[in-house]
Amino acid sequence: MLLNLTSDQEFFRDTTAKFLNEHAAPTEIRRLRDEPDGFVAEYWQRGAELGWTSLLVDEVHGGGSISGSGLLDLALVADEFGRHAAPGPLVPTNIVAGAISELSPDRHARVLSELLAGTSVASWCHLEPRPHDGLDDLVLDVRVDGSDLVLNGTKRPVESAGRASHLLVTGRTGGGFTQVLVAADTTGITVRPMHTIDITRRFSEVTFRDVRVPADAVLGEVAGADAQVERQFQQALVMANAETVGAMEFALGMTLEWAFDRYSFGRPLASYQELKHRFADMKTWLEAGHAISDLAAEAVSAGSGEAGELVSAAKAFLGQYGPELLQDCVQMHGGIGLTFEHDIHLFLRRVALDRSLHGTPAQHRQRIASIAMDVGKAA
Amino acid sequence: MSADATEGLDAFRLRARSWIRDNLKPVAAGASAGVLRNNSTDDEELAQIAHERELQRLLFDAGFAGLCFPVAYGGQGLTPAHQQAFNEELTGHEFPVRLQAPTISPCAAVILDFGTEEQKLAHLPAILRGDELWMQFLSEPGGGSDVAGAQTSAIRDGDEWVLNGSKVWTTGAWWSDWGLCLARTNWDVPKHRGLSVFMLPIHQTGIEVSRIEMLNGTKEFCQEFMTDVRVPDTDRIGEVDDGWTVGIRWMFHERMLHNSPYVTIPAGDAHAGIGASSVLRVARESGKLDNPWVRDLVGEARMLQLTSEALQQRLTEGMRSGAMSDQSAAIGRLLSGVVSTRTNTIAYEIAGGDSGAWTDDDGAITDCGSDFLMRQVSTIGGGTTEMARNVISERVLGMPRERTLDRDVPFRDVPRGGQS
Ligand SMILES: Cc1cc2nc3c(=O)[nH]c(=O)nc-3n(C[C@H](O)[C@H](O)[C@H](O)COP(=O)(O)OP(=O)(O)OC[C@H]3O[C@@H](n4cnc5c(N)ncnc54)[C@H](O)[C@@H]3O)c2cc1C
Repeated sequence: MLLNLTSDQEFFRDTTAKFLNEHAAPTEIRRLRDEPDGFVAEYWQRGAELGWTSLLVDEVHGGGSISGSGLLDLALVADEFGRHAAPGPLVPTNIVAGAISELSPDRHARVLSELLAGTSVASWCHLEPRPHDGLDDLVLDVRVDGSDLVLNGTKRPVESAGRASHLLVTGRTGGGFTQVLVAADTTGITVRPMHTIDITRRFSEVTFRDVRVPADAVLGEVAGADAQVERQFQQALVMANAETVGAMEFALGMTLEWAFDRYSFGRPLASYQELKHRFADMKTWLEAGHAISDLAAEAVSAGSGEAGELVSAAKAFLGQYGPELLQDCVQMHGGIGLTFEHDIHLFLRRVALDRSLHGTPAQHRQRIASIAMDVGKAA
Repeated sequence: MSADATEGLDAFRLRARSWIRDNLKPVAAGASAGVLRNNSTDDEELAQIAHERELQRLLFDAGFAGLCFPVAYGGQGLTPAHQQAFNEELTGHEFPVRLQAPTISPCAAVILDFGTEEQKLAHLPAILRGDELWMQFLSEPGGGSDVAGAQTSAIRDGDEWVLNGSKVWTTGAWWSDWGLCLARTNWDVPKHRGLSVFMLPIHQTGIEVSRIEMLNGTKEFCQEFMTDVRVPDTDRIGEVDDGWTVGIRWMFHERMLHNSPYVTIPAGDAHAGIGASSVLRVARESGKLDNPWVRDLVGEARMLQLTSEALQQRLTEGMRSGAMSDQSAAIGRLLSGVVSTRTNTIAYEIAGGDSGAWTDDDGAITDCGSDFLMRQVSTIGGGTTEMARNVISERVLGMPRERTLDRDVPFRDVPRGGQS
C-alpha cells in the first residue's frame, strides 16, 4: 500500500487492523463457513463505526474521508481486508452508498443512513451471465413505461444479494446505461444462491422479471449513466486490487517465516537458492503489485484520463500474479498447504476470487489494448 | 541561458519544450526500436556518434545538460523532477542516447560520488559537454557476475600504477574515450578488500581493443587487453584497496539506470528495446489488431510496461525516503529484465511466420526475429537477473547467504575455473 501515509491515515488503518486481528482471526473465519451470510451483523455494524462504509459518501450526507480522498482511505481498509481475509460486503456496500450520495441522497436518505450505520447491506448488480459476461456486454433491459421503469434480465455473480435490503441495478435503455435502486423484495426479483470458492463472501444470481419501479428510482439519467458506471467499476477495481495486494503481502510474509523454520536435509528451506530465487520473484510481483495498484488508485481518485488504463493494468497484473504468488506459497508449504487447517488457503481463496470478479486478467488486457489503440499510444 | 534557481517546474518545462522543439529533430516512433540491431556500417555509426556529441554540446550550451549535477561541475543543480519533466518533453525527439549509459550513469555518477575535486573538475564538465564517452571496465573473461572477483591487476610503481589483464563485453569501447576500471591491487586479502578503481583513456599504447561479433552480426561487444598500462595515482577513484565501496555504489547506479535522475532519456518506451508501443506497431502493421488473441498480448505488453514504470517510481520514492534500502534497486532490475524478455517474445509471437523470414518492406515486423534471438540481452547486461534474485533474497528479504569459497581467504587462494 501507499508508502507515505499521513498520521491520520496510519491511525485509521491501525484501528481497522486491530479490530480485524480481534474479530476476523483465522479461527473465526473458518467458523463463518457455516454462517448463512458469511459475517455477523454486529461485526459489520462495528466496522461501519470505524468508517468502513462512509468513505465514498459526502460529508453533508453523513460520510467523510480521512485524507481528503475517500477512495484512497477505502483502499487502506481493503488492503487490511486482504491481509486478514476479512469478511463483510465491503465492495458492494461502498459502491452503492457512494452512488446514492452522489446522485440521489435525498430520495434515498433512509437507505443511505442504514448503509452508513451498517444496519443494512446493499448489492451492485453489474455483470451478467454468459454469453453476455463481457465487461461492456450488459443486456439487462430497463424499459420506460409511462412514469415507471420495467426491468428484465439476469445478473451474476452478485455479492451479498441474499442479505441486501437494496439492489443497485445497472441495465441498458437503448444505447445507454440506466441505473436503478430497487428494494430487494420487489415483486419479480428472484435471488438464487450460488456456490463460491470464498469462505465468507456470498454470491447470488439475481433475476429480474418485469420488475416495475417508479421513475424516481433512477440514479442519474435514464440511458445516461455510462460515465457513472465506469466510475463505479473503477472504484470496485481499486478495492479489489488493494485487497489482493494485502493478501499477497500477508501470505508472502507467512511463507517466508515458514521457510526459515522448516528444515530439510539439515538446512532451512530458506537457504536453498532455488527457493530463494522464487521468493525474489514473489517479492518483485508484490512490490510491482503495490506500485501499480497505488498508482491506479490515485489516478481513479483524481479522475485522471489515465485512470481506466491504469486500473485495468493493475487488475490484469494482480489477477495474474496474485494467484501465482499464492499458489507458489502453497507449494513452498508442501502437503500442509493443501489442508483446511492451515491458514494459507484463506488468502488463496481471496486472491483467486478477486481474480475472477470484476473482469478476468484476459478481459482487462483486452480493455487495455482497446484503450491503447484508441489513443494511438504508439502512433 | 542558465537555469534560474527560482524558476518553477512549470516554467522550466515550458522553456524545455520550446527549446526542444526549436533545436532537436523529431524522430519517427520506433525509429530506434529493437535489440542492438545490426543496421548501420561502422562509418554510419561513427557519424551518428559525432552527431550525438554535437547534440550533447547543444544541450550543454543551452543549460539542459546534467540537470541534477552541481553547477560547479557543469551541471544545473536542479531536482529529479526537472529531469523527469525534461524527459517527458523530449519524447519523440532525437537525443544523445550513446552519451547517457554508461557515460553519465553509472560512470559520471560514480565520479561525482567518489572523485576528488580535481577529478570532478577534470571530467564532469567534459562529459556533460559531450567531449568524453566512458565505458565500464568491469566484466572479465573469468566472470562478470562475481564482479568483485576481478583479476585485472594493478601494481604500484611510484606515483603510478601498472595495469595488466583483460576486460570484456564493453559495448562500444571501440568508439569510446575513457574507461572506469575495477582492478585488483592486493591479492593477499579477501576479494572485496583488495580492489581499487581507476580512470584510464581507452585508446593508448598498452590497450588493444578487439571487437566481438554478436550473434546478430553486430560488432558492439569489445574486449580490451591491457599490457603494462600506466595510470597515474591521481587517476585512482576512492581509496586504495577500498574499491568495493565504490563498486557497491556503482552497481546501485547501474541497477537504477531506468530511473536515474542523471540520465536524459525520453519518457515512454520509444527510445530503445522492445516496448509496448513496438508490440502495438507490429500488431497494427501485420493487420492482426482485430484478433482477440493479439489484443490480449498487446494488452499484456502495455500492462507490463505500466507496472514496470510504476515499480521504478515506487522504488525511487522508497529509497529516497529511506523506507527501502538501496538494495531494493534489484527489484526494479529484475522486473525490467523479465518484462523486456516477455515483451520481446510477445512481438515475436504476434509477427508469426513473418518473424522468422521477412522482406525489406515488412515494416515493424522487420528484425523481430533477430530481436528475439538477442532477447536475453535485457536479463544479462547490467548484471544478470539471477544476481538480482540473489540480492533480493539475501539483502532485501534477509535469507541465508549462499555458501561461498572465497570469503575470508586471500584472493590468490580462491579456486578459479578455466578461463574462456
Ligand atoms: C548488452 C550487454 C552490454 C554489456 N556491457 C558491459 C559493459 O559495458 N561493461 C562491462 O563490464 N560488462 C558489460 N556486460 C557484461 C555483463 O555485465 C555480464 O555479462 C554479466 O554481468 C554476466 O557476467 P558473465 O557474462 O561473466 O556471466 P557469468 O557471471 O559467468 O554467469 C553465467 C550464468 O551463471 C549465472 N550465475 C553466476 N553466478 C551465479 C550465482 N552466484 N548464483 C546464481 N546464478 C549465477 C548468471 O546469472 C548467468 O546466467 C554487458 C553485457 C551485455 C549483454
